[in-house]
Amino acid sequence: MPTSRRWAVHLLVVVGALVMLYPLFWLISASFKPNDEIFADPGLVPETVVADNYATGWTALGVPFSGFFANSFLIAGAAVIGNVMSCSMAAYAFARLSFRFRKLWFAIMMMSIMLPIHVLIVPQYTLFKYLGWIDTFLPLIVPKFLAVDGFFIFLMVQFIRSLPRELDDAARIDGCGPILVYWQIILPLSRPALITTAIFTFIWTWDDFFSQLVYLSDVSTYTVPLALRAFLDSSGGSSWGPMLAMAVLSLVPILGFFLIFQRRITEGISTTGLKG
Amino acid sequence: MGLDNYARMLTDDPHFVNAVRVTLIYVVFSVPLSGAFALLVAVLLNRPMRGTGVYRAAYYLPSLLGGSVAVAILWRQIFGADGLINDGLRHFGIVGPSWISTPQYAIYTLIVLHVWQFGSPMLIFLAGLKQIPAELYDAAAVDGAGRVRAFFRVTLPMLSPIIFFNLVLQTVNAFKAFTPAFIISGGTGGPADSTLFYTLFIYQEGFGNFRMGYASALAWVLLLVTAAFTGLAFRSARYWVHYAD
Repeated sequence: MPTSRRWAVHLLVVVGALVMLYPLFWLISASFKPNDEIFADPGLVPETVVADNYATGWTALGVPFSGFFANSFLIAGAAVIGNVMSCSMAAYAFARLSFRFRKLWFAIMMMSIMLPIHVLIVPQYTLFKYLGWIDTFLPLIVPKFLAVDGFFIFLMVQFIRSLPRELDDAARIDGCGPILVYWQIILPLSRPALITTAIFTFIWTWDDFFSQLVYLSDVSTYTVPLALRAFLDSSGGSSWGPMLAMAVLSLVPILGFFLIFQRRITEGISTTGLKG
Repeated sequence: MGLDNYARMLTDDPHFVNAVRVTLIYVVFSVPLSGAFALLVAVLLNRPMRGTGVYRAAYYLPSLLGGSVAVAILWRQIFGADGLINDGLRHFGIVGPSWISTPQYAIYTLIVLHVWQFGSPMLIFLAGLKQIPAELYDAAAVDGAGRVRAFFRVTLPMLSPIIFFNLVLQTVNAFKAFTPAFIISGGTGGPADSTLFYTLFIYQEGFGNFRMGYASALAWVLLLVTAAFTGLAFRSARYWVHYAD
């Protein structure tokens, strides 16, 4: 390809990337602007840099945002532990153990990946209400310990299938039962898949809005997304600066994960499902 | 009771009709558009270039953040009456409407938000492009095919399983969208039902009006439609998806 055309393509890619990221840059910049400037200036450089938005926003709901962050971290952390434990066990069973109707269960599990949560929410809500779990974190945490995220089970089944079976056999000859094989052989070797599961569970739980909206209605149980929504409702869109500042803070954990695990995240996206 | 809920849905509920219409418009526009952008950018990023990793990350980032409440709030500002878009237009002497509160535009702000997140199908396309053997392009070049012809005769057929995979995944995701419509319309699906996603309608009926039975009936219809679509996609696959082995 001639050099001039190569440069044109490169330029196109750079300009495209900047257009894509502009709203995010603007969000960060606007969170440091006084309220009137947010609506008057589409540029990225604030004329006057103010940090007030962060201080005002932090306590705008009466309860400081620290509580909402703690709730979000608690739910996301518990979901990570639950998914890593339960999905790896389920995946081990599907990949290595033989049991009745394994193919059928596997097919049902695969279908559950396609199932929108909105279809399940009414019976689920009725069940959790019966158990007295509304306005607690239990409906958001307990299912994660029961391997309900078929996507991650599938991801780990694919991974475990790629591990050599000779290792299992060797362990079995040494006297390991199925549980010890899982614990001593499969789990340590599955680390890459476990880390991918942990990262995506955290990000998706952190971003989850729908089920939190359904199950949590008391301010003390609010997570960060619910708090942002309450902020939007209560201010009627009049205090954009503080709200955008809190919006920026709500994205920080995900951005942090992205910076640390960028390679693994992009590779996780591009390989999952393709092998299936 | 019996089938009352279903009868009501089909004969006596204008909101149901609106929700179906809005959701279909959303799916029909946002899935092919985001797919086309994803493929285009993937092809551009697939050639040797300095800093591909950085660009890949930049194009992917909106996908990672786009489903959050924070970005939905940002969108509400961007497409509001005094928002970023209209600020920009004012420099050209154009006074734009409030995009999110005008019924004929509101849904398109949500479609733009979906298309903005083309990064994750793009990553999947990129992985697929790397799998295409270079010999095929060499052979095409020997046969006198130009770049455009090679794209249509080599790239597209070789990529068809991945196009299929992305199509199914993106469509299911589009049917599931909830947060942006909820935040941008303040939970109403307004103005005039123009952003009443089907998922939002289920939520309103079940948890706003506490008509759990009706919400369950609505959920069944969503399940059947999603299943029917997926089945249809798999059936059509044999006519256009090409498997190399």
